[in-house]
Amino acid sequence: MSMSMSLPPIEAPRDVAQEPLLRVDDLWIGYRSRAGTVPAVRRVSFALGEGESLGLVGESGCGKSTLAYAVMHYLGRSGVRLHGEVRYRGEELAAMSPERLRAIRGQEVAMVYQDPMSSLNPTLTVGEQLMEVPLAHGTATRVQARERAIAMLGEVNLANAEALLARYPHQLSGGQQQRVVIAMALMGEPRLLVMDEPTTGLDVTIEAAILDLIAELQRRRRMALLFISHNLGTVMRVCERIGVMYSGELVEEGATDAVFRRPRHPYTRGLLECLPTFDTDKRTVTLRPIPGQVPAVLKDVEGCVFAPRCMHAQAPGCTTVTPQAEPVVGAPGHTVRCARHAELPPWSPPRAIDAMDAPAVNGGEALLRIEGLHKVYDSARAWSSRGNGGVHALNGVSISAHRGRTLAIVGESGCGKSTLARILTGLEEGNRGTVRFGGVDLAATAVEARTAEMKRAVQMVFQHPEGTLNPSHTVGFAIGRTLARLAATPRRELRRAVERLLQTVHLPPSYARRLPGQLSGGQKQRVAIARALAGSPALVVADEPVSALDVSVQAAILNLLLELQSESETTMLFISHDLAVVRFLADHVCVMYLGQVMEYGTVEAVFQPPYHPYTEALLSAAPVADPDAHQRRIVLEGSLPSATRVPQGCPFHTRCPRKLGDLCETTRPPEHHLPGGHRIACHIPLPELQAIEPVLGPVRAEAGD
Amino acid sequence: MSRFIVKRLLFLLATMLVVSVLLFALLEISPGSVATKVLGPYSSQEQRDLWLAAHGYFDPIWLRYGRWLGHMLQGDFGESIRFKVPVAQVLWPRLANTAVLGGLVLAIMVPLALGMGMLAGMREGSRLDRGISLVSIVTTSVPEFASSVFLAALFVFWLDWLPGTSTMAEGWHWNELVLPVGVLVLYDFGYVARITRASMVEVMLRPYIRTAVLKGLPYRRVIVRHALRNALIAPFTVIMLQINWLLSGVIVVEFFFAYKGFGSLLLEASLNQDLFLIEACTMVSVAVAVGTQTLADIGYVYLNPRIRFS
Amino acid sequence: MSETTISEARRRPVWLRLLAGLALLRESRVGMIGAGIVVFWVAVAVLAPWISPYPPNATLVPFALPGAAAPDGGVFWLGTDHIGRDILSRVIWGSRTVLIYAPLATGCAYVVGIVLGLVAGYHRGWVDEVLSRFSDLVLSFPVLVLYILIIATYGSSGLNIVLAVTFASAPAVMRIVRGLVLDIRDRDYIAAAQMRGERTSYILFVEILPNVRGPLIVDACLRLGYVIITIGVLGFLGLGLPPPDPDWGGMINETRSMTMAFPHMALFPCLAISSLVLGLNLLADGIREVLLNA
Repeated sequence: MSMSMSLPPIEAPRDVAQEPLLRVDDLWIGYRSRAGTVPAVRRVSFALGEGESLGLVGESGCGKSTLAYAVMHYLGRSGVRLHGEVRYRGEELAAMSPERLRAIRGQEVAMVYQDPMSSLNPTLTVGEQLMEVPLAHGTATRVQARERAIAMLGEVNLANAEALLARYPHQLSGGQQQRVVIAMALMGEPRLLVMDEPTTGLDVTIEAAILDLIAELQRRRRMALLFISHNLGTVMRVCERIGVMYSGELVEEGATDAVFRRPRHPYTRGLLECLPTFDTDKRTVTLRPIPGQVPAVLKDVEGCVFAPRCMHAQAPGCTTVTPQAEPVVGAPGHTVRCARHAELPPWSPPRAIDAMDAPAVNGGEALLRIEGLHKVYDSARAWSSRGNGGVHALNGVSISAHRGRTLAIVGESGCGKSTLARILTGLEEGNRGTVRFGGVDLAATAVEARTAEMKRAVQMVFQHPEGTLNPSHTVGFAIGRTLARLAATPRRELRRAVERLLQTVHLPPSYARRLPGQLSGGQKQRVAIARALAGSPALVVADEPVSALDVSVQAAILNLLLELQSESETTMLFISHDLAVVRFLADHVCVMYLGQVMEYGTVEAVFQPPYHPYTEALLSAAPVADPDAHQRRIVLEGSLPSATRVPQGCPFHTRCPRKLGDLCETTRPPEHHLPGGHRIACHIPLPELQAIEPVLGPVRAEAGD
Repeated sequence: MSRFIVKRLLFLLATMLVVSVLLFALLEISPGSVATKVLGPYSSQEQRDLWLAAHGYFDPIWLRYGRWLGHMLQGDFGESIRFKVPVAQVLWPRLANTAVLGGLVLAIMVPLALGMGMLAGMREGSRLDRGISLVSIVTTSVPEFASSVFLAALFVFWLDWLPGTSTMAEGWHWNELVLPVGVLVLYDFGYVARITRASMVEVMLRPYIRTAVLKGLPYRRVIVRHALRNALIAPFTVIMLQINWLLSGVIVVEFFFAYKGFGSLLLEASLNQDLFLIEACTMVSVAVAVGTQTLADIGYVYLNPRIRFS
Repeated sequence: MSETTISEARRRPVWLRLLAGLALLRESRVGMIGAGIVVFWVAVAVLAPWISPYPPNATLVPFALPGAAAPDGGVFWLGTDHIGRDILSRVIWGSRTVLIYAPLATGCAYVVGIVLGLVAGYHRGWVDEVLSRFSDLVLSFPVLVLYILIIATYGSSGLNIVLAVTFASAPAVMRIVRGLVLDIRDRDYIAAAQMRGERTSYILFVEILPNVRGPLIVDACLRLGYVIITIGVLGFLGLGLPPPDPDWGGMINETRSMTMAFPHMALFPCLAISSLVLGLNLLADGIREVLLNA
């Protein structure tokens, strides 16, 4: 019997696996301002599948944060989507009802932010903020929510979870706060985690621990991860794929390894060329900063947005037509937005190309001798501006700096580097010990007591460009005043002297009329350097002068410092937490921890075994933007002890992975003296230290194509 | 926390002590002028000396101060020159009257100001916000005596809805309180509303509000649980300090509407050079002022976990 | 551009900077309205001798209502008071009194407060402790009680009022300046100045003070408003400037008992004082708005 049963056609099930978790298509986002709508993100397209990780890197103003918030569909009061689509699991975010959007946020898509202290509500306990997520979404009872909160805190490696629930955010350290924020994001078991610069502002070893945590969580939970950072090294640790953003556009995207080894876009190449790495120092390599500045884009740009600064740019191709995102031949998944990418010469990491003519490391006489320096901020003084609870900032520091050379001080929060800077410049006085400089003890002479000669001899460059210049004074006034006070320059010669100084820092003389508000961060630092050099000082103390600057600007300032130093034989004390910069710039290095010197020596000696265990950990933690560098992984447990309660014996013993035992807790470690003035303060016998494997593996292989 | 409270209380006592010394130095230092004020300008030197000796004014200063302070603490403020009765007898009933007035003002003003301030802050830049801000600025620009005149002209002269004075001559009438309370509420609510608004605006811009929204919390919860808890800290202290301000404000209002309260008592005493009454009124008003300030300080620390558990 | 790049920050004349400041105000409508009101009253005060129709103390026709005809053919636009003085003229002349004493008192309070605040905030130490405790003390008094006490004891005169206002307001200004200084003193450019060996007075007045201008200007406008109200209240309570000089507060005091029958006598001075204070408050708000967007 033939029954013709006409069945409705079976629809092929939509292949959900093919539809990426997140798809961004030709996205344009703008901000409404007085000058009209400024496009902050232009024509960005990318996709993220389940369990995939994508890192977005770029300098300030490139729009990466805006993009991150757009994925959460949170544009703020003045943000507006001008064009394009953002689809989560196929659904367009802008078309969702408020309830649907609310349901997705926190449950399917969660976010982790840059500054954990201000991202947590100061008047609610940690427990309340964690439990809110499932409670508000109706997915758990109070009891269940509490249990889940405790479980999450355990997953992010926070001890004493129960006790932590009742604490307030300000009672936790920075690293702990960020772990809480991560735990909070995980409470809803999201499929996609968006992280906006989650480790910026954290100490290096803490940062490394958090990055490892993120990588592990992502793997274990198979979450998709969108990771925003300005630091290429951190992205490398965590993400399989990377996207490079410049001035609102996505200029290159591909597998992290591929992009770092064979960058295709001139901007990516430029970035990699201005990053110091661990195998480059000033004698072998020049950092090549990208000329020019990031443009302020008001409407859309004609042609390629990077063309004005690109050394490969050719009119009219690059300047009239906006390049499309094209796939790279032979590298699946790798796209680049450059019209000429196929014609560019193969790229290789910078080598010995007209390196700076720097003098040999050991040479100059010891100009600055610090011996047994102690500094305690007393809490009993009711009117000390920084004292709180007997802070032991410096605990017997003995190092020296040589004429015309650079001594770098490396350490994390509480190591005492800022205190050292303040004592050298006379803003503080030491309690015990001496700082011999030019026949005078600086530690005992506050700045008011110093002679004009001494004031001239020691000057400082500060960390934050915003606070370094008086916003009410013009550049010319700031430099001129310093000239008049320190170099006794007569009135009528001031203008010319100011112009000369501006020229040495490569700023046009017309800048003398500008106010700091009209300068960029890098320009402000240049003015600060000019001001510091006004009196031709013999010693310049630079306290993290490039930490707050973008990578390309940082390279330019580092080059400037080198240039100025070689011209005038100025001794420099360079404080930094960035080991790669230190490796590049310094002749001698001092590694400090909680006010004590852990290791001191030439840069080559310190960056190779034998290491102090802390140096070893720092080198292991430092994010390196080199896929071929083999970096041994050492993760330190716990957080940095506060400088108000420095541990007895060796201060590092609470976190030291090579701790010997009780000896480290009770007795201060002796110093091993190695040839060349290299000193390591550790109880571990020297042969054992010498047997430690190097943290950083072989030098980058020559990349070819 | 408890250490802080103890410190604040000690400071309160210290302040009261210093004020008492200053007051004593100001008013009681020269026996001659005291006697003149008590007995009048036409009294003879002999009468004054007799009176001074009888009241121990020829004793050493520190003894006089100690005795004076002792009396004060026991509630014995001496006798009012004008009313010829113990000061305490006049003072406390008047203080009670002012307390009623003040209580009514606060009961109306606080919810009004907080409510409007929060609404304005939540909807920053909207027409509602601009309207509330404008109303606040206008009402804080009109001093109490001016608004008393305006309201009296409107409600008494023109509309004849309310009585023009609040003497309570025929027993307690609530409608006699309407104008005084109205004037004080009008002037004061603007200030508190603006502080609340500013606090709310600032809190709404904070990153943790963004965190709460992106956690998927309903808007109501974001406002109530996250924003308000932080936004109301500043207005709370301001409201406590309004009690301090009320002590000044009531003087004008009680004077204008002839309300028998503490403020008008102080004023009359000053104008009449009624020495002991002035002293008592001053000490009481300073005590109230410093007391509320101490409460405000303690409350601020209590409400702010960052300071409380540091 | 001129040769004076170095001293440029200090050389531009004050009035030029003031005008530049006012031009900025254009961005805020509220600020413009406020400025307009204030400028109006300043003009009235300055031009008083020429625009006042009658001498302020001349007794003409008592109890005349607004708009009534005057014996000399003119009009009593605002009526006359119970003694027969033209209210419009008294309001005009009263603006002079207010606009002399209030800015004077506020100015004194500011000078004292700024100096003390700069010193207390910069030096910290025992100087700061003493000054702060003292200002806490003064500020803990209910304001009016303080004034009444001082005026009732020392008598009311222009000088006493100025002194009383200075005494009562300087601590508040000091507190504000101190707070602003505390904020700034840890900035790096102050450290740079110290490392140049600058004197304390230089740092206070050339490095710190220019950067606290904004909030201080806003506060100055508001405080001027408070002081005007205070002078009005004192006049209202009978503790103000002695008659017969027209003083808005005093005018209200003299005529308040007649409010129920002849409200116009007290009404117009009330409107005058309210409008002036409103103008100052609007101006302060406008300046604050401009500063925020700057």
